[in-house]
Amino acid sequence: MAAIPGGADHAHDHDHHQPSGIMRWVTTTNHKDIGSMYLWFSFAMFLVGGVMALVIRAELFQPGLQVVDPDRFNQMTTLHGLIMVFGAIMPAFVGFANWMIPLMIGASDMAFARMNNWSFWLLPPAAILLTSSLLVPGGAAASGWTLYPPLTVQMGIGMDMAIFAVHILGISSIMGSINIVTTLLNMRAPGMTLMKMPLFCWTWLITAYLVIAVMPVLAGAVTMILTDRHFGTSFFNAAGGGDPVLYQHIFWFFGHPEVYIIAIPAFGVVSQVIPAFSRKPLFGYASMVYATSSIAILSFIVWAHHMYTVGMPVAGQLYFMFATMLIAIPTGVKVFNWVATMWRGSLSFETPMLFSIGFLFLFTLGGFSGLVLSMTAVDIQLHDSYYVVAHFHYVMVAGALFSAYAGAYYWLPKWTGHMYDEKLGKLHFWLSIVFFNMTFFVQHFLGLAGMPRRIPDYSLQFAEFNMISSIGAFGFGLSQLVFLVVVLKCIKGGEKASAKPWDGAEGLEWTVPSPAPHHTFETPPVFK
Amino acid sequence: MGLFLLSGVSQAEMKLNLQEPITALGRDVYDLHLLMTIVCGVIFVAVFGVMFWSVFVHRKSAGYKAATFHESTTVEILWTIVPVFILLGMAWPATKTILAMRDTTNADITIKATGYQWKWGYDYLKGEGEGISFVSTLSTPQPQVRNEVAKGENYLLEVDNELVVPVGKKIRILTTANDVIHAWWVPALAVKQDAVPGFIRDTWFRAEKTGTYRGQCAELCGKEHGYMPIVVKIVTEEEYAAWVDGKKQAMAAAADDPNKMYLVEELTPRGEKVFAANCAACHQANGQGLPPAFPALVGSKVVLGPQDGQIDILLNGKSGTAMAAFKHLSDTELAAVITYTRNSWGNATGEVVQPSDIKVARE
Repeated sequence: MAAIPGGADHAHDHDHHQPSGIMRWVTTTNHKDIGSMYLWFSFAMFLVGGVMALVIRAELFQPGLQVVDPDRFNQMTTLHGLIMVFGAIMPAFVGFANWMIPLMIGASDMAFARMNNWSFWLLPPAAILLTSSLLVPGGAAASGWTLYPPLTVQMGIGMDMAIFAVHILGISSIMGSINIVTTLLNMRAPGMTLMKMPLFCWTWLITAYLVIAVMPVLAGAVTMILTDRHFGTSFFNAAGGGDPVLYQHIFWFFGHPEVYIIAIPAFGVVSQVIPAFSRKPLFGYASMVYATSSIAILSFIVWAHHMYTVGMPVAGQLYFMFATMLIAIPTGVKVFNWVATMWRGSLSFETPMLFSIGFLFLFTLGGFSGLVLSMTAVDIQLHDSYYVVAHFHYVMVAGALFSAYAGAYYWLPKWTGHMYDEKLGKLHFWLSIVFFNMTFFVQHFLGLAGMPRRIPDYSLQFAEFNMISSIGAFGFGLSQLVFLVVVLKCIKGGEKASAKPWDGAEGLEWTVPSPAPHHTFETPPVFK
Repeated sequence: MGLFLLSGVSQAEMKLNLQEPITALGRDVYDLHLLMTIVCGVIFVAVFGVMFWSVFVHRKSAGYKAATFHESTTVEILWTIVPVFILLGMAWPATKTILAMRDTTNADITIKATGYQWKWGYDYLKGEGEGISFVSTLSTPQPQVRNEVAKGENYLLEVDNELVVPVGKKIRILTTANDVIHAWWVPALAVKQDAVPGFIRDTWFRAEKTGTYRGQCAELCGKEHGYMPIVVKIVTEEEYAAWVDGKKQAMAAAADDPNKMYLVEELTPRGEKVFAANCAACHQANGQGLPPAFPALVGSKVVLGPQDGQIDILLNGKSGTAMAAFKHLSDTELAAVITYTRNSWGNATGEVVQPSDIKVARE
């Protein structure tokens, strides 16, 4: 995963007076270094957030209180959500973008190299704020990652730290996105028109616009909470003329596009991997671009389907239901296109392909439970239940995370110059998919039977499925360490990777040697 | 993923589906969910049947040579249009159900459910039983939660005062909250409605069967969110009339004279009860609290300081903290609980706060 010091960058030490040691990483403006740092950071946060998930599942292993008190439990669910969304998944895909976009479009680096450095180095302080808030008086924010007031107004200083962290993470994402848009629009190799860009680039172009559009909305929402808490405003306080539901509208106006900020780059990775291992071009490239754009546009007009139970007028409920159902159409197009890409290909099943098929299968399942949830009358029953927890973990974990793994295995040879251990990679996949389903499939049943989310203790009827889910969660958590082993092994050595280790792969990134030299495409390649 | 389909077929025993509904609307929701699950399941099997066919047949290891096609306008238009019609077919029953669900007019009995951290208050506002008012709190003993004794059958889904309503009548529930957002959810009645502080929302149900039905608060509302269940007892009309009579007599007997002057010994037993129901979740039964979020009352500056300061905090809450306002308690209850805290666990002011003091502070 890392462009290791001492490798390819040697050759270039003479033309750059790079500091060595830690300062090399602090001051670097190289897209590959920054990409690696993003990926390592996100994996570290993934483990931190994962440990929190295991605390949650340990508490829920049996009815009664065993591991943590309810207040700590709520802090765990809150930080798990914030860390996984803002600290793990989003930075992971920004890491992919940093590493791969210049290589895919034949650019020498990102457009704003210094800003790139800063957008990464904002992340660690935010992560420290979030995690250290567990230690302050009153503990961390305990209001769920959605931070609904008035509950958020009751919290201690941990809440302020979370708000500040969200601000910093937002600034970082916005800068990263500006960089990606500028790079993609201005630095493509001669001959590469927009409609010839690899689909991964397209998905990031669309995602970057989503980020720029909605992160300021989130920043506004949490700032209003901050002023309600400390400066006497009443944005969300009915007693002062405000409305708690206003926050939910603002939050989900950010929150729903956020879902696609996470999912769309994942679509992009899978759209690179599936054709490579099907040895057949992506089916319906143009309709993929249009479908992705439609999903992005629709994502702005469906936000209140997260709020069917707040008591909005029935006309509002109907509108949001219809608009939400529409999303199924472009999403369906994408799934059909991927299947059609595989159809009559010449398939092989290396780890990236396995994770992509896992993604396709389970993401679609999550899509279907999403369609069930779009029905207002059904959603009112399932809202804030474990069915919803199951649904979004199918799209976030089996969707975004599996796709990130597909991408990591696919490009590891390019990053490190070595092939990863295929046996371990496959083991990682099979353990992940079995334990993932064990953890989350049964949660559908819990939700249907009436178990609310975000509770530390539950009635006896829910005991069996919770126990299965908890065992699955520990299995899933431990399986992820296999990935760490694979990556470390791959960095240290292994079979030398050729410039193009996958015979079906297409794209400019495979025209440079493996590992990719510190500087690539100093003169733009000619793209045919 | 065969289980996904199964979830529709087998039910109660393995609890793979929604709870069995006892209202007509609940059955509509149940059927709608079943229909959706089946339609999605069929499409899922069809799409992934194709994919797995490809996975097993179009293998490089089996020597399969890749085709080169990469688009087909006809197919692409087809798989855009067909889902539109499937969705229209789903939208029709969904729209009918939601329209019926939101029609809260012509209710026989209207009850206001108020969410408090962490219990429900019920006020019968209109119809038979008008004027009845009580608070409904979790009745599962703490030792069960702490795993010191065996858990009862209705662990965490039992309350001291159940909401009692007659069968066959249209019951309209108004929801609101005192502090943060809660949600009133009873799965068997197919009802879930957020309770938003400062606003009134409504929902309704008409039960077709007598019995006891259990639900929980569904919106994260703080530390004890998992411990504020809702229990609805559906009874026959005769039983309901009898319950209303009994409840009204009990309420009249328990009414306090707001002008009475009390002694410390008279107020503390009452205060202990009020404390257990309202305060002990945070400040703990021994008054030690859970600092720093929930401060100790033992030796507390507020409790041992001037009475006005403590009365003010109880009436108005303390902003920026989890301390909510408790002005919904009666003057006598507030006087009792304040007197109790000032004379318990080693706090020995000897002072008594009278209901009239609270009344003055309210004005």
